[in-house]
Amino acid sequence: MSNENPQQSEKAYGQFHRRMLEGKAAVFAIATTVAISIGGIVEIVPMFTASSASWERADHITPYTPLEVAGRDIYIREGCYLCHSQMVRPMRAEILRYGEWTRAAEYQYDRPFLLGSRRLGPDLQREGGKYPDAWHYEHMRDPRTTSPGSVMPPYPWLHRSKVDPSDIGASVRALAKAGTPYAATDDASVASSMQAQGTTITQSLSTSGITAAWDDEIVALIAYLQRLGVEGRTYLQSQGGGQ
Amino acid sequence: MEQPSVGTAPATRVEYDMDIVKMFFTATVVWAIVGMLVGVIIALQLAWWPANLGLPWTTFGRLRPLHTNAVIFAFAGNVCFTGIYHSMQRLLRTRMFSDTLSRIHFWGWQAIIVSAAVTLPLGLTQSKEYAELIWPIDVAITLIWVVFAINFFGTIAQRRVKHLYVAIWFYMSFVITIAVLHIVNSLAIPATMLRSYPIYSGLTDALVQWWYGHNAVGFFLTTPFLGLMYYYLPRAAERPVYSYRLSIIHFWALVFLYIWAGPHHLLYSALPDWAQTLGMIFSVMLIAPSWGGMLNGLLTLKGAWDRVRTDPILKFMVVAVSFYGMSTFEGPMMSIRAVNALAHYTNWVIGHVHSGALGWVGMMSFGMLYWMVPQIWGRQLAYPKWASHHFWLATIGIVIYTVAMWAAGLMEGLQWRALNEAGQLANPIFLDITNRLDPFLWLRFIGGTMYLVGAVMMAINFWQTIRGPSEQVAEAVPVGAD
Repeated sequence: MSNENPQQSEKAYGQFHRRMLEGKAAVFAIATTVAISIGGIVEIVPMFTASSASWERADHITPYTPLEVAGRDIYIREGCYLCHSQMVRPMRAEILRYGEWTRAAEYQYDRPFLLGSRRLGPDLQREGGKYPDAWHYEHMRDPRTTSPGSVMPPYPWLHRSKVDPSDIGASVRALAKAGTPYAATDDASVASSMQAQGTTITQSLSTSGITAAWDDEIVALIAYLQRLGVEGRTYLQSQGGGQ
Repeated sequence: MEQPSVGTAPATRVEYDMDIVKMFFTATVVWAIVGMLVGVIIALQLAWWPANLGLPWTTFGRLRPLHTNAVIFAFAGNVCFTGIYHSMQRLLRTRMFSDTLSRIHFWGWQAIIVSAAVTLPLGLTQSKEYAELIWPIDVAITLIWVVFAINFFGTIAQRRVKHLYVAIWFYMSFVITIAVLHIVNSLAIPATMLRSYPIYSGLTDALVQWWYGHNAVGFFLTTPFLGLMYYYLPRAAERPVYSYRLSIIHFWALVFLYIWAGPHHLLYSALPDWAQTLGMIFSVMLIAPSWGGMLNGLLTLKGAWDRVRTDPILKFMVVAVSFYGMSTFEGPMMSIRAVNALAHYTNWVIGHVHSGALGWVGMMSFGMLYWMVPQIWGRQLAYPKWASHHFWLATIGIVIYTVAMWAAGLMEGLQWRALNEAGQLANPIFLDITNRLDPFLWLRFIGGTMYLVGAVMMAINFWQTIRGPSEQVAEAVPVGAD
């Protein structure tokens, strides 16, 4: 390759590029826009076409309940996804460690997705039902009581702060607008749904001697964690699959 | 000094806007320290959990997005704007299109950074990596980006040279692509003023996010920095760019191929196989244009290698381009399914990101900043030797960092998957594996601290150089005599 530079290059090779593109900024900008658009269009647009209904949809997965939405919002707020993934890969060691590998439809109501990019702690895709509610309550208060040697920070404020049903009502309505099928999205329905589900968790906690209120943030987070991967696992087992 | 640009010089004088360059320069140095300091803090938190301090706004989960946003959008972003506002006025022989737009861009961008620094520790986030900021800030980013784009293309429109130099091509791909990526990935339905939910769900959301996330690396941390390389490396080396032909080929190949590579972040997920495979194949193909850029940078130094031994500016740039070559080889390798099966979710990925961020982006930025100080303030560096010390601290720091992360990542990846003779997990307790990372996490903390100390030395050096009345040497520059 010759030692050429822009000042001296007048060879025919560069002529077209030089005259048609590098001298005409608008043409250059349009050409660049086309070049950077093709890959994204080819890869992303098919996800929205008719076939997406089959690969990302399944009736056995239900939307997150209002209390689970609240718990998921807390999971996002605290950045849990930065150390915990939610994706069991189809590999022997992962299936042994975590359970069934994750199917696309299991994420169908995930807005935003929370696959994660790093496992400083274990994957949580199949966390639901793995431990009792009280385990999560103690784990979030001081992770080392349930997991000696853990490097996870404690989250004691989750046990003091309250979820606000009208705030979650706004979330549920936004999710419904985005396409999540909710039967009722008014504040009263959301609040009563949260209270009913939260109470089942506080009752389960009370059998371990823990007193909690249905609107404690930790209760919402437990509701979310305890449903992770359960519907998908139950379905796969009913189909004769499973590990 | 040779000029990496073409054009005939009309016999007029043009006043370049130097103040805006100084403003972005100053912001760059300040945010560099802030972003890297937060990085060192969260590195400490991973090695020693009590450093989370037991407070909501100081835990790792909230500070990690603050670190990534600060180094990408505050540090690297302001580096790009410093270099673009400085070099494009010279390359196009014109003042920026509008001083007002320049200032709206500057203050708007800094306000966005400050709002990020407030909202992220409060836990206000959309959770998509490098797109965490809540929707009102996303709207502000869009508006400020439009201001920048008008100013950018307006400057090009009023240029006094016909030909657009290669650096301008790369800047243009930055301005256009970031706009497209940001808007498409941020589409969301607001629930409250502080919270929203994306219009995409599940794996489609993941695909859109990693199309964005990977190309944020491509078009925020790669193409503008290649543009900076094409202007500042020839200027610092006083050599013309090695090959014009190579710059054409690798520019178009890079911008076309890069955008396809996003799905390599989702290998082994339930995303359709064809999309995963496209992501892998295009990632591997990316080696060619990436190395085209690296070679064009390194070969530009042909005939100037004796100066690399003594000139810290060239040392920074040579190491930067070398790390660019290294990490653009490593990245495609990690995109190969079999390698990704081992590397994904481990510290190896963190090491890879930092060899690109600390090695390529950071070192290129430092080289550019050191070169620029005498140019825009008209003074020689207060402590020239400190620049050399900074170079060695940073280089050794990066090596410690990346080697520690490679070792940690390989160890994690291998122990997660290890099976015993009975076909069961050899390390059934996940926590045992995490706890074995300790020495590497401390090493990473040390490497990162060295890099930060180097940056602090640079900031002190600059402060000592520029404080006091400026000589204003570069305010008015005769066209063609730059």
